[in-house]
Amino acid sequence: MGKTIAEKILSNHAGRDLKAGDIAVCDVDFCFGQDGTSSIIIDSFRKLGAKKAFDKSKFTMVIDHSAPSPNMGVSAIHKKMRDFAKEFDLGMYDIGCGVCHQLVPQKGHVTCGDLVLGADSHTCTYGAINVFSTGVGSTDLAITLASGKNWFKVPETIRVAVTGKLPKGVSSKDIILHIAKDIGSNGATYRSVEFYGDTISNMSVDARLTISNMAVEIGAKVGLMEADEKTLKWVREHSKKEPNPVKADPDARYVAVKRYDISKLVPQVAKPHAVDNVADAASLTGIKIDQAFVGTCTNGRLEDLEVAAKILKGKIIAPGIKFVVAPASTEIFLAASKKGIIETFVKSGCMVVAPGCGPCVGTHNGVLADGEVAISTANRNFKGRMGNPNSFIYLASPATVAASALTGRITDPREFKARLS
Amino acid sequence: MKHFARRLKVQDNVNTDYVISGRYKFKIQDPKELAKHIFEDIDSDFAARVTSGDILVAGENFGCGSSREQAPQALKSAGFHAIVAKSYARIFYRNAFNIGLMLVECDTDFIDDGDELELDIDKGKLRDVGKGLVLDTKPVPKLMKKLLEDGGVVGHFKKYGGFQLE
Repeated sequence: MGKTIAEKILSNHAGRDLKAGDIAVCDVDFCFGQDGTSSIIIDSFRKLGAKKAFDKSKFTMVIDHSAPSPNMGVSAIHKKMRDFAKEFDLGMYDIGCGVCHQLVPQKGHVTCGDLVLGADSHTCTYGAINVFSTGVGSTDLAITLASGKNWFKVPETIRVAVTGKLPKGVSSKDIILHIAKDIGSNGATYRSVEFYGDTISNMSVDARLTISNMAVEIGAKVGLMEADEKTLKWVREHSKKEPNPVKADPDARYVAVKRYDISKLVPQVAKPHAVDNVADAASLTGIKIDQAFVGTCTNGRLEDLEVAAKILKGKIIAPGIKFVVAPASTEIFLAASKKGIIETFVKSGCMVVAPGCGPCVGTHNGVLADGEVAISTANRNFKGRMGNPNSFIYLASPATVAASALTGRITDPREFKARLS
Repeated sequence: MKHFARRLKVQDNVNTDYVISGRYKFKIQDPKELAKHIFEDIDSDFAARVTSGDILVAGENFGCGSSREQAPQALKSAGFHAIVAKSYARIFYRNAFNIGLMLVECDTDFIDDGDELELDIDKGKLRDVGKGLVLDTKPVPKLMKKLLEDGGVVGHFKKYGGFQLE
């Protein structure tokens, strides 16, 4: 019987042959925490009585969720992280470096075929570059920091084929929202999803990362893609680690096979308060917005900022709209600055904040007031997610967010046809 | 000790943001303080209705979303003896057993708020005392039972110097 990518990567790291359903202890290639989870990682690491990290080159911490600190409680957590890094001589990315899910691949910590754990649910992002990466809690992460290992249940796999030429104004974000609508927020729980098809092959690595990033929003443990030439070029440009690309066998066993022809897909929007509550952007044009946000581990990359800036260029956002932009890393901020994208944002009336998670998780950088409506490129629109349970969050692509900010209501970006990439 | 059901108003897809909001988890480190704010965004006075030894009752995909371990920690600190739900999201599932909080999977439609419940994970039975109903629960995997016996994964890891899968 052939094997899926998940079965192969986990087998490679367990040193024995595994199939879906098996439970095994595996060696982990890299692990990390962020400022929402590292405090408990540190506490659990100390409770374990560990004297040192199993391998200090295989761990980092990132301050991204509330960076810079908005209050004393968070400041205490940040200080605790810095002190811990110093005490155990561990790497960390301090405020302003960017979002963990941008930094971990961009800084070359991971490569194809790796097994990676992060104390953040969107760790599944690097599945797009053929990494078995998944989110765990803080204590699980502390176990791995101390021992280099953890236990894994080998997931069953859903095979997803995405085919067709992506229409103008439609992006990988629209594809994953469309898939979330079909599969549902619970549809892939405890499963691996493998993405294939010419649409994926024709996409940039940036665009692929958006799809894998949201695998957890359908419950998946990881959203994997095969490594093609684009992937290998990308990882070699960013990492010195030798890639070990892993393909599924032709006779691998899948629990389900899904096909999506996206050649007629239109811009999608997830409505409050669930990621799978998805509708066509064009059907929501009556919804007025108060705030727009481009950024996050889903859509804060250069390509995303470029798409949004192209729609905004030379125009001013609608009166009364607050528009926050958070580049996903310092390097992206600088590259966007060089290209004049940052200038476009500022001149259009946007506010560019420090690289990091921005207002996504409701701790700072644009907490909504009662009754306010936001349109955001993030991956979650749960009630209260942006800091106020009496506000409303719509999720969309960078193009849809930028178009909506210009009109002040949810807008299909194809209304700005000449400005689409 | 007697255990009483504490049934959530929202049953399915209750995410960890709803268990404990990011507003609190980023600034409060004391789990007892966090416990005062559980489910605040979906049921504002829920926390005040919980008494020690209660069993939380939920539907499908409980604990989806964020990986925050503060979610099971806050529930444990609120005094919950266990959670009974139709299914769980995977990160929450690991986190709960890792900190020594028991999760049981079975049908929960018949349980009303305030019902007295008896739970036996070795026999795999959940009994609703008042209704006289006994339900089979999905077997708790061996490793998870061991984690509970050892008070969580830290205790387990220290005891065995690694994971005891068998």
